[in-house]
Amino acid sequence: ERGYRPISYVDQMAIHLSLNGNMILKDSDEGRRQSIKLSTALSFLSSEKAPLETSAVTSGEAEIKEEESTGDTQTEGSRTAEVTEAAEAEEAEEAEEPPRLRVKEKKLANQFNFIERASRTLNNPMRDRACQSEPTPCESFSATANPWEIYDAYVEELQKMERSKAKEKPKAQIAKREEEKKGRKLNSLESQSDDRTKISKTAKIMERVVNQNIFDDIAQDFKYFEDASDEYRDQKGTLLPLWKFQHDKTERLAVTAISWNPKYEDLFAVGHGSYDFMKQGQGMLLLYTLKNPSFPEYVFSSESGVMCLDFHNDHPYLMAVGFYDGNVAIYNLKKATSQPSYKSSAKSGKHTEPVWQVKWQKDDMENNLNFFSVSSDGRIVSWTLVKNELVHTDVIKLSVEGTTMKGPEGLQLQTLGCGTSFDFHKKIDYLFLVGTEEGKIYKCSKCYSSQFLDVFEAHHMAVDSVSWNPYHLKVFISCSSDWTVKIWDHTVKTPMFVYDLNSAVGDVAWAPYSSTVFAAVTTNGKAHVFDLSINKYEALCTQLVVAKKKNKITHIQFNPVYPIVIIGDEQGHVTSLKLSPNLRKMPK
Amino acid sequence: ELEESLKRIQAQRGVVAMMIVNAEGIPIRTTIDNSTTVLYAGLLQELIKKARSTVRHIDPENDLTFLRIRTLKHEILIGPGNISIKITIQLYVL
Repeated sequence: ERGYRPISYVDQMAIHLSLNGNMILKDSDEGRRQSIKLSTALSFLSSEKAPLETSAVTSGEAEIKEEESTGDTQTEGSRTAEVTEAAEAEEAEEAEEPPRLRVKEKKLANQFNFIERASRTLNNPMRDRACQSEPTPCESFSATANPWEIYDAYVEELQKMERSKAKEKPKAQIAKREEEKKGRKLNSLESQSDDRTKISKTAKIMERVVNQNIFDDIAQDFKYFEDASDEYRDQKGTLLPLWKFQHDKTERLAVTAISWNPKYEDLFAVGHGSYDFMKQGQGMLLLYTLKNPSFPEYVFSSESGVMCLDFHNDHPYLMAVGFYDGNVAIYNLKKATSQPSYKSSAKSGKHTEPVWQVKWQKDDMENNLNFFSVSSDGRIVSWTLVKNELVHTDVIKLSVEGTTMKGPEGLQLQTLGCGTSFDFHKKIDYLFLVGTEEGKIYKCSKCYSSQFLDVFEAHHMAVDSVSWNPYHLKVFISCSSDWTVKIWDHTVKTPMFVYDLNSAVGDVAWAPYSSTVFAAVTTNGKAHVFDLSINKYEALCTQLVVAKKKNKITHIQFNPVYPIVIIGDEQGHVTSLKLSPNLRKMPK
Repeated sequence: ELEESLKRIQAQRGVVAMMIVNAEGIPIRTTIDNSTTVLYAGLLQELIKKARSTVRHIDPENDLTFLRIRTLKHEILIGPGNISIKITIQLYVL
């Protein structure tokens, strides 16, 4: 009935081990007897002279205690505590005199009553406290790191460093301020002019590209076309017309001079003037480039007709120009003005007749630029640019032998021949040739001012052009209005070759790539190209370049680099022609 | 002489239109109507940037000098400068 009943034996129970324990319940009789025995033994051992009473009392007390509290198996209980307190109180009252030894009292545990006492500290109430800083301002940034951006950054750094180095040099504060102001002004000006210059640059490129598109087929021809039919032509060649350069302002002016720029192989200068003695107007100087056939790059105008021009070899921006009125001038292409940088005048010894040819010379001892000019007044003059002024020195006076006239007062007047063209030897600096209107060619030297080294009876009419062969140092060529072109060896008085071209020859030029090729132009509009290594008597190519009746050709020039020639005519047009392969053969 | 050269370009045969656009893409000068100009300027600006980036990526010291786009009907010539860009449309395709 709601309790546990010990059952000694169960059917399913199997006894593995049975052991009789030797533990005795304390409260039972046997247990008490044993414990008394133990305690008396202990008291005998540990007590000193203690009166029997006390010991008996103590032992009796102990016995009482033990008897009362033997039932306990557990730790201290309140009853035992009370009992012991009571016992201690009795002790204290009864036995004060004798020293007492007490048996250490064991705290006997309470079997049935278990009281636990615990204590606990107060927990402080928890409180959350936090603090947060302001978030750093974030911004999203994206960029691509290109190699050129890195390069740009480096370049900027370099420039900054250079500028700071320059600034480190000691300067007065005022100077610094001034420079800063200037710098600011410059910046604002520069930005304006930068705009313009940059647009103008782009505009220039654009113009050239547009032109290239328009003249695309010509541009292609210029570069790539090779006349294949030359193989069938038996060594004759043709001239393929390429661009035609013209400008409305030069419509009525004849081309009087053409020359390629030594540095920029596509730039050439054209001088315009008039050969007609009666009609003299103004002159123009135009510079064209092959890249832009429709408009000249530079335009200069002058009061009198331009007769000749020459580019300086070392300074390709300087041009010497000779005029119909006898003046010479130097134009500087780097400067933006349309006026010449230096000009001769009547005071500074200009020629009294048209200047037919000018040629630059090497700088003289003091590194001054100088050039020579030849003119119909019979003087060959050397002009030197000394301290921004043109100073002239007469080099030679072309006196005609055997024609001294008796002037008034018995003076012997020497009539002077009229020089029409000259050319300096490529290697021997002081040696040069002069062609005259009388048809003679004088070989002269810069050192002798009144004597000629030699005279060649060259032509019957004026010698229009003389030119040394660029490769054969002894050979020169001359052409004249007497319809002939003659090739000479300067040691021999008679010409080596004579070509009759059926019409007055305006100009002749050696080809820069071969020692045996030369070209001549005649006033009937034809261009003749000869190659002496192939055919000594006939032209390889005779081609009509301009319309026969209206136009006469005046000049021809070979381009030093490209296989083209430019031909100037009387109407102010310049035609460029490409030489076919047969005409371009290099000598072996 | 800047004005003259611009005029000459316009006067050449085959040039349909010409425009100058500044660095921000705003057309400064044009010969055709505004809407087409703005269209061309906007579209071509990206192309120019890309082309320039390509060229300089290969070699940072190099830079774009000219860009030509040939289409069936015409050819667009673009000359990029630092501050401005010049666009010409030409009707001449071989």
